[in-house]
Amino acid sequence: MFQFILKRLGLAILVAFTVSFISFSLLFLAGDPAAALAGETASGEDIEALRHLYGFDRPMMVQYGDWLFSALRGDFGESYYFKLPVAGLIFDRLSITMTLGVCGIAFALLTAVPLGVAAAIRPNSLIDRIALFLSVAGQALPSFWFGLILVVVFSIKLGWLPPSGTATWRHFIMPTIVLGYYAMPAIMRLTRAGMLEVLSSDYIRTARAKGAPEMRVMFKHALRNAIIPVVSLAAVQMGFMLGGSIVVESIFALHGAGYLAWESIGRNDLPTVQALILIFAMFYIVFTFLADVLNAWLDPRMRSS
Amino acid sequence: MADRLLTVRDLVIDIPVGGGTLHAVRGIDFELDRGEVLCIVGESGSGKSLTSLALMGLLGKRIKPRATQMDFDGTALLSASKKTMRSLRGARMSMIFQEPMTSLNPAYTIGDQLMEAMLLHRDVPRAEARARAVELLEKVGITAAESRLGQYPHQLSGGLRQRVMIAMALMCGPELIIADEPTTALDVTIQAQILRLLVDLVREMGMAMILITHDLGVVARVADKVAVMYAGELVETGPAKEIFEAPMHPYTRGLLRCIPLPGKTKRGSELGTIPGIVPSLVGRVSGCVFRTRCTFATEACRGDIPRHLRGPQAFRCVLDDGGLSQEKQEVQA
Amino acid sequence: MSDAMTDPLLAEIVGPTPGQLLRRRIFGHQGLLIGGTVVALLVLVAIFAPLLAPHDPYAQSLMARMKPPVFLGGTWEHPLGTDHLGRDYLSRLIYGARVSLMIGLVAAVISGLIGSVMGICAGYFGGKVDAVVTFLINVRLAMPVVLVALAVVAILGGSLTVMVSVLGLLLWDRFAVVLRASTRQVREREYVAAAKSIGASTPRILLAEILPNIVNNLIVVVTLEMAHAILLEAALSFLGLGVQPPTPSWGLMVSEGKNMMLFEPWLVMIPGTVLFVLVLGINLMGDGLRDVAAPENRS
Repeated sequence: MFQFILKRLGLAILVAFTVSFISFSLLFLAGDPAAALAGETASGEDIEALRHLYGFDRPMMVQYGDWLFSALRGDFGESYYFKLPVAGLIFDRLSITMTLGVCGIAFALLTAVPLGVAAAIRPNSLIDRIALFLSVAGQALPSFWFGLILVVVFSIKLGWLPPSGTATWRHFIMPTIVLGYYAMPAIMRLTRAGMLEVLSSDYIRTARAKGAPEMRVMFKHALRNAIIPVVSLAAVQMGFMLGGSIVVESIFALHGAGYLAWESIGRNDLPTVQALILIFAMFYIVFTFLADVLNAWLDPRMRSS
Repeated sequence: MADRLLTVRDLVIDIPVGGGTLHAVRGIDFELDRGEVLCIVGESGSGKSLTSLALMGLLGKRIKPRATQMDFDGTALLSASKKTMRSLRGARMSMIFQEPMTSLNPAYTIGDQLMEAMLLHRDVPRAEARARAVELLEKVGITAAESRLGQYPHQLSGGLRQRVMIAMALMCGPELIIADEPTTALDVTIQAQILRLLVDLVREMGMAMILITHDLGVVARVADKVAVMYAGELVETGPAKEIFEAPMHPYTRGLLRCIPLPGKTKRGSELGTIPGIVPSLVGRVSGCVFRTRCTFATEACRGDIPRHLRGPQAFRCVLDDGGLSQEKQEVQA
Repeated sequence: MSDAMTDPLLAEIVGPTPGQLLRRRIFGHQGLLIGGTVVALLVLVAIFAPLLAPHDPYAQSLMARMKPPVFLGGTWEHPLGTDHLGRDYLSRLIYGARVSLMIGLVAAVISGLIGSVMGICAGYFGGKVDAVVTFLINVRLAMPVVLVALAVVAILGGSLTVMVSVLGLLLWDRFAVVLRASTRQVREREYVAAAKSIGASTPRILLAEILPNIVNNLIVVVTLEMAHAILLEAALSFLGLGVQPPTPSWGLMVSEGKNMMLFEPWLVMIPGTVLFVLVLGINLMGDGLRDVAAPENRS
């Protein structure tokens, strides 16, 4: 198992470096970053000065090395817009995004897993059909639109929940639902499929032959095995979710990292955008790595090998 | 009269399938006394496993077995509540399955799974269940039993897993063991070993056993009683000795010709085969189901089939000697 | 023998032909029928947009701004009302179908080409090729799609071509994952071994033996990724960094209606519902195709 973790860690680091290179090279997509930075009215001299100031006159690989080396020490440069260190900017905003991500995945798991289990216990029953409908409809529901509908219904018509901001926990209810529902269909389907497969396995028959009560068969014997792949999926979804928080944060005006990304893109604030892409990617990489380790630990076959 | 443990009368199992109803088991009768070994013999798909699952109440929600009587020590199994069935399963009747590789839960240790039945049914402390698990693991011939308790199923070979399954079935000292082809999934070399172990334990502990198998060699060695199943019906039942000495039903005779038996089959003689395939049991089934493969089949085989009794032996055939006299004539001619 | 022929126990079941079975499965599958109908209708709407649209989708009219739809007391002149610039909402909706379907289709084709080549090569050749492709899939999955797409569109400008290329270059991962897995399965089959043993070239095996046997999975992923691309385009346009005004895009329409959502919620409801229905239709169709094509359903 130690070997597996080591190998998995090596892969994670390699992926992280590749992602960092891609997000860095986005800067050069525009052609001349100095010209873009200076704006259309700038003179040739201004552009030249900026180019030298930001070091754009050096070879690209040197710039990348420099950027990466600083990034490894937690220095992502200075924001073009705020004229402040990017790292601090992002750090201030991350807690909102992380809160949202954790609430979102918790919401998804707490709704999708019980629904998937219930659907698997009684296939083709009413609850199975409802679960199937929710998963198909959920996949097709555009999250920005879903968010707006919730605002119309619960904030404007009913006046139950605040439409935007982060002041209290009630501000997080709608964003959590909008972010979380997106991961629900996949988690529900995987739970249902896993439970169906496990329930038809021989060891479930063995458990019943021992006289184990049905609840014990379902939860101790079946769910324990069916949940293993769900852990990986939840980690992947959590990574996607943080990346998707940009839409949710912009709808509900939550000033988290996603909102910062949206603003920075609009302001051409490339150092901030680069850093955010890298940080969101790192979250995904760390989550999937942790999920693989957790998985290996949950599955005795992998734990002992 | 011996101490009757199990009585089955006219057991019927119908399975709803896409194109109608599969009449998988049709009207079978048998009984079992305490300490007796009954072997149910037949080809795959003849309804042997379904019968045993029906006894355990493990057929699932979709399949509802019917019978005029199915009693286990005075408890009517078919009308018993779920709770009653649960208190019987694993405690007074246990089952050993065919597939040791997949019958153990991969997520829990051997020890946990062994102790589970005892902790569920008996109000005992964990330490006592643990001691019992160690005792039984040693009994089924597993060395270093104490350390095996912490191992996971994937760390054990198929033979070891089946030994664990046997130990697991014995945990609560059941009165009836149902073993459904317990050795077919194992290497040929250890099949006999495991089977001998099982039979010895059953005899030692005075349990009754239903052994499902298609290995007549095994039957000849261990059975008190034999029931021969063909396509969902019991075609012949009786004490093992009589069945092997004087098989009456054409199918039983065919089966016995297919295997070499020590002392009965001459060296160099040709082994028989039964030509044809088992018919489909979907839709209405009437008459003798063996007629499509039977050499003595006549038009009468489509009608009702009488049951003949010869001492303790019983068989179903339109011919009152099961075609034995015709067969002898053919052999002479 | 004649006895056996008439004996009901041995009567052979005369089954329907594979073609009949397929037709029966397609028409017996509710989801596939509903989804297919919805998609077909919207495709027709997109193709015949100039004939169907009652007005020019770009024509502004300061006199006729924010007219409500018929069912909210409007007139048949503008069945679904007009937006804040007085443009006919129904006509914009109809032309919006073109944008959504076009972006969905082209993005799915581009990503399908990239992902299929990678997946099939990884699955067939294994070894180093597989390791490289798996690594690339990992890298791709780690990139936050919305963020990267937004950034690229912001840098290069929000034309349809840029949108389609960005989505096509970002959404190949599922193709690669699915086709890698199915190719690995098919690779082990006897007929592939048979083709190899008679000396068929590798391209021939890939095209003639492997591809036809995984094309079912490919079609299913195409539909799912089309839906994915359509949703992403709408989200990017909603965030103001996708399709640029005045092009009629459903996501953009929701975004434009958002400011007046308080008083005129239908401005948001109508384009959102159409988007939802189209994506639902495509997903139902994809799920249906998977069910119909699933080998375990072939009996």
